[in-house]
Amino acid sequence: MNGPLQRLGRWVGSHLVLAGGLLVLLYMFVPIFVVVLMSFNDPDSRLIYRFDGFTLKNWADPCAPDGMCGALSRSIQIGLLATVVATLLGTLMAFALVRHRFHGRSAANLGIFLPMASPEIVMGSSLLALFVAAGFGGRLGFWTILIAHIMFCLSFVVVTVRARLAGLDDNLEQAAMDLYATEVQTFRRVTLPLVFPGILGAALLSFSLSFDDFIITNLNAGNTTTFPMYVWGVAQRGVPMQVNVVGTVMFLVSVVIVVAVEVRRRRQERVLAG
Amino acid sequence: MTATATRPAGSSAAAPEPAPPAKPPRRNLTGYWLLLPGALWLAVFFVVPFYSLLATSLYDPGGSVLEGYDMSWAFGNYVTAVQEYWRPLVRSLWYGAVATAICLVLGYVLAYAIAFKAGRWKNLMLILVIAPFFTSFLVRTLSWKLLLRDDGFVVDTLQFLHVLGADGRLLATPVAVIAGLVYNFLPFMVLPLYASIDKIDPRLVEAAGDLYARPFVGFFKVTWPLSLPGVVSGTLLTFIPAVGDYINAQLLGSPGQRMIGNVIQNLFTDAGDYPVAGALSVMLMLLILVLVLVYVRRAGTEELL
Repeated sequence: MNGPLQRLGRWVGSHLVLAGGLLVLLYMFVPIFVVVLMSFNDPDSRLIYRFDGFTLKNWADPCAPDGMCGALSRSIQIGLLATVVATLLGTLMAFALVRHRFHGRSAANLGIFLPMASPEIVMGSSLLALFVAAGFGGRLGFWTILIAHIMFCLSFVVVTVRARLAGLDDNLEQAAMDLYATEVQTFRRVTLPLVFPGILGAALLSFSLSFDDFIITNLNAGNTTTFPMYVWGVAQRGVPMQVNVVGTVMFLVSVVIVVAVEVRRRRQERVLAG
Repeated sequence: MTATATRPAGSSAAAPEPAPPAKPPRRNLTGYWLLLPGALWLAVFFVVPFYSLLATSLYDPGGSVLEGYDMSWAFGNYVTAVQEYWRPLVRSLWYGAVATAICLVLGYVLAYAIAFKAGRWKNLMLILVIAPFFTSFLVRTLSWKLLLRDDGFVVDTLQFLHVLGADGRLLATPVAVIAGLVYNFLPFMVLPLYASIDKIDPRLVEAAGDLYARPFVGFFKVTWPLSLPGVVSGTLLTFIPAVGDYINAQLLGSPGQRMIGNVIQNLFTDAGDYPVAGALSVMLMLLILVLVLVYVRRAGTEELL
């Protein structure tokens, strides 16, 4: 009785789990299929969503809906600026945490973890409370959004770069120093290239977090509209199909970037392995 | 995330976290200087705002945004907040808990499959886990709205199978809201779980089998305990944003599924009732902090990420 049961268990283990995993993965992609499909949709009405007919006109004229492309370019600007500042500050912090010893280390770790563990609605409303108390209540907009985005991207940058730094073999740096490289040379020619994939990953993550944020942005935006806020607005009164074009493009661009980074990483690993 | 992906088959894969470098880190002022700009940013725009929020929650409820508020230590705001809005608060915790439990089951299967069954497709599958992330949260949630609509394929199928009654619907029900939460926060569960499960040496599970443990016993005695750190951080990273979310409740639900996020957001932006909104926000934060502490104590994992 023990034998067949065990064999059945093994079989279930080896095949069912993989099948289950693939099903879960498929489930994660269901809405993406819908977004891509709907970007070619020619709807009969603005409020009933069905696939009524195939058209290329959404792709030919993506900026047709009022205000969408303005919001989109604002989101891209904020995303880029937030990414640059957060990646810079966060990378410095990661270096401090991995390479230097100082008092108040655990406090610093906690301070970096907490923004990731706080609900967005709480962070957004606290910032709003600060801005209002400081007299900026009437001037909410581009800059207050940017400040907020840098704040919540920072922790993710630190965590990503720190992981890469901690995994580095510091014998390589030792070797460079033994070969009479100065500290600056070692940093530029050895450390930075090795950490770079981590920094790049952190920057990509920052941009997508910033670009996608709605809850914190919505509380601190005043009358300024970002792309997610535009989508939120039209969700009540009928979504133009061009929103799906933007969704599809975002998906394609990021997949290309992620795959390129992965291919580069593999090639580098092969080179390092000889 | 990527550092663990490649390792020679024979190496000691179950070794704990790589030990800190043997060379003692430099102890000088440089560390402080590197930390300073980022730390200042977090202090001014993350820590100080909590103080402002706390202060706001104690303002005199008689004021308004335009005329300004007086500080009157109005602890009554908290009483008002609980009396008026305890329902959405409890509902949020409930929805968050159910969504997290479902995410744990689905996420565990996926993370386990990637770590142990995917072979050379491991990295590709990991990329696929984060790929949907890159299409806007709101756009994806809107496409769930489309999928779950009243005459849609999903509802028709469920009606045909008599899972749903003839007038049954999915939109504007708790099912739709919880499904949306599960969908949107699943990657937050999968990634930490994967990081933990991937570190487990498969030979430990084999050893359990050699000692006549049945697969399920082997799983619960070996794999599950070793994956606990991932379970803890995955559940936290899923539960916290799910409880605070209001996008799913707004787009997929109806006023009957209103969550605490909807209430706070409306009080701040539409009603302009800052003190009560602040009180709710403070309570949500405290509640989550307490839950996190209790949970981490129970599960016995002090390190989080």
